[in-house]
Amino acid sequence: MKKSQILWKIFVATLYLSAFTFGGGYVIISLLKDKFVNQLKWIEEEEMLDLVAIAQSSPGAIAVNGAIVIGYKLGGLLGTLAAVFGAVLPPLIIISLISMFYEAFRDIVWIRHLLTGMQAGVGALIVSVVYDMGSTLIKEKKISTYVIMLLSFIANFIFQINVIYIILAVAFYGVIVTVYSERKGRLS
Amino acid sequence: MIYVELFLSFLQIGAFSFGGGYGAMPLIYDQVVNRHAWLSTESFTDLITIAEMTPGPIAINAATFVGTSMGGLLGAIVATLGCILPSCIIVTLIAHLYTKYRNLKTMQQILKNLRPAVVSMIGVAGLLILKAAFFIESENGIQFSNIRYRSLLYFVVALVLLKKTKMNPILIMIFCGLMEVCIQFIFSLI
Repeated sequence: MKKSQILWKIFVATLYLSAFTFGGGYVIISLLKDKFVNQLKWIEEEEMLDLVAIAQSSPGAIAVNGAIVIGYKLGGLLGTLAAVFGAVLPPLIIISLISMFYEAFRDIVWIRHLLTGMQAGVGALIVSVVYDMGSTLIKEKKISTYVIMLLSFIANFIFQINVIYIILAVAFYGVIVTVYSERKGRLS
Repeated sequence: MIYVELFLSFLQIGAFSFGGGYGAMPLIYDQVVNRHAWLSTESFTDLITIAEMTPGPIAINAATFVGTSMGGLLGAIVATLGCILPSCIIVTLIAHLYTKYRNLKTMQQILKNLRPAVVSMIGVAGLLILKAAFFIESENGIQFSNIRYRSLLYFVVALVLLKKTKMNPILIMIFCGLMEVCIQFIFSLI
């Protein structure tokens, strides 16, 4: 297959998935996997798992990261561009249109009531997400997990420390712990 | 200049949000509401509502939403570019190293520690959203006379529906909105 055809396929696949997928990055990733591993057979199953791991552990939106790794794997830097362009275009267009009308809409009294009610719903959604994520972590029964949770809550909520510093501090701690435990593993 | 500010703000959001989905929320809140006051907490909650109902990652939706309102279409493009640039560089770099060394364990190990911090910070952003939803803003801070009791009720109903049924979260949110519309309609008749 010619390179331009591969790039076009990458672009169309990420565009299509990004435009019609609700429910966050993990859903898009499993659909990308279905497309490129099962249907097109361009990527091996096992390699795909590693690509997903890269997408999850890098900063940024998982859907965009997933598109980038797959684009890079299949078409190099041009593949990355094609994939990112496809992934970003649908939300860019949809949200631009919505936000152009948002302020006019907000002034309609019934829309404002609707949004007021929905705010409570969003709050509930976030509480439920935090509960789900938190309870999986708490089940691990690791003291360091509790300490990190508590300290970052205090730092963020009470002292209002910039979230970037909190992330950098915890990441730094992770580097030290990992390097230390790998050394110890090698010695014993 | 607003375009530079938008670009730099969303560059930081793109570079430091881990954990996907809601992981970006505390950073977006910090930049967009706290630091630059581009949105009120209320508009921020509306933004999350809109992001929930449309396809696409929250960070990209936020970049487009804030970018459009602050600097039109160009603002949206600049903010979105800022948001995805770190991903493009970092992910491509790691993918390149991966094809060379095929070792991801160390990195995943390091990132495991971030998860509890991210959960806590999402919780903090959630609390701020709930505060805006439950209390009518006033200069005297939080007061009992300013509680929106109906919002508390919708919150409890939504939480029960989310936890006890497999109902789509988008439908639950719309349901909460419609309850308020109905109650206001009844009030307007009386």
